[in-house]
Amino acid sequence: MSQLECVDLVKAYGGKIALDHVNLQVPKGKIVGLLGPNGSGKTTLIKLANGLLTPNSGQILVDGKKPGKDTKAIVSYLPERTYFADWMSVEQTLRYFSDFYEDFDRTRAEQMLHQLGIENKMKIRQMSKGTREKLQLILVMSRDAQLFLLDEPIGGVDPATRDYILHTILANYNPNATIIISTHLIADVEQILDEVVFIHNGKIIEHTSVDRIREEKGMSVDAYFREVFKCSENW
Amino acid sequence: MGWTFEGDQPIYAQLVYQIERKIVSGIYAPGVQLPTVRAFAAETGVNPNTIQRALAELEQIGLIQTQSTSGKFVTLDADIIHDIRQMLAEEQIRKFLFAMTNMGYTATEAADLINQYTGKDDEEDEPTGMC
Repeated sequence: MSQLECVDLVKAYGGKIALDHVNLQVPKGKIVGLLGPNGSGKTTLIKLANGLLTPNSGQILVDGKKPGKDTKAIVSYLPERTYFADWMSVEQTLRYFSDFYEDFDRTRAEQMLHQLGIENKMKIRQMSKGTREKLQLILVMSRDAQLFLLDEPIGGVDPATRDYILHTILANYNPNATIIISTHLIADVEQILDEVVFIHNGKIIEHTSVDRIREEKGMSVDAYFREVFKCSENW
Repeated sequence: MGWTFEGDQPIYAQLVYQIERKIVSGIYAPGVQLPTVRAFAAETGVNPNTIQRALAELEQIGLIQTQSTSGKFVTLDADIIHDIRQMLAEEQIRKFLFAMTNMGYTATEAADLINQYTGKDDEEDEPTGMC
């Protein structure tokens, strides 16, 4: 069974189609890049997968089930923006995750935070943007979830933080779980991906593996992506 | 440890090549245990399934062996390591000769240039040059 499956999935905001009859199967045990320009439908797809939005038609299934209480227990979601309130301390975020998620491994999270020198009593408002992103990623990756949905995990952070984030994703990766990473910074994530899904104007235009693109096209996914999307401007 | 990957080739193939080089140069010595897939992934920043694929290929060539309980090890078979080393060397020579013939050198001239460059010819040539 696929970890994530979309069948003829349609989502529109008012009259504007965000996802246009999407069919997609993401297997278990893979790290998948959801790649597309801004406004292509990446975030909409991720929000549908964790039940924050509902489809207009068609369906989306996580582990064979419609998004809901059962799937929330196995899906770990990193939103595009950090959502903790400024007044919260690291300790409070740790408790928050412990309360909400049975599969949260507090010891693992604290170890990673400790390595970064982030103390439990530190407040969110005292943190730089990069540190906030790291904290949130550490919390999200410290769950023993089946499906990780990471929406732009490396957007807007410096290269050292980017390296740390990618390293943390790999170091915590459980080979039976699936990770979906949405981004337009392809060159940075290419090495850690198994498969890539190209999305444009709400349509899936390519779903293949990183090494297949390199084998068949003789170029990186980043270069291929630029080529595909250069042509697509003429559509 | 210096793992870099180019854009024009599959990542698994580049991993195979780089691990081969580490084995023939003795960085991974014969009989030594290799890092786990997870450790390799963390070290190289490469997807664990890609690492797995590269290790499977190295195993097929015979450069590494799996001992089901304790992980993967570099082979103790010196002949295999020697053969692969030879193969990698020939590959470099082919590339070099291709570049040289493109510039109009013959293979013999290219070989002479190498000897000059490494100083091997100097001892024989210098006495005549001294006059």
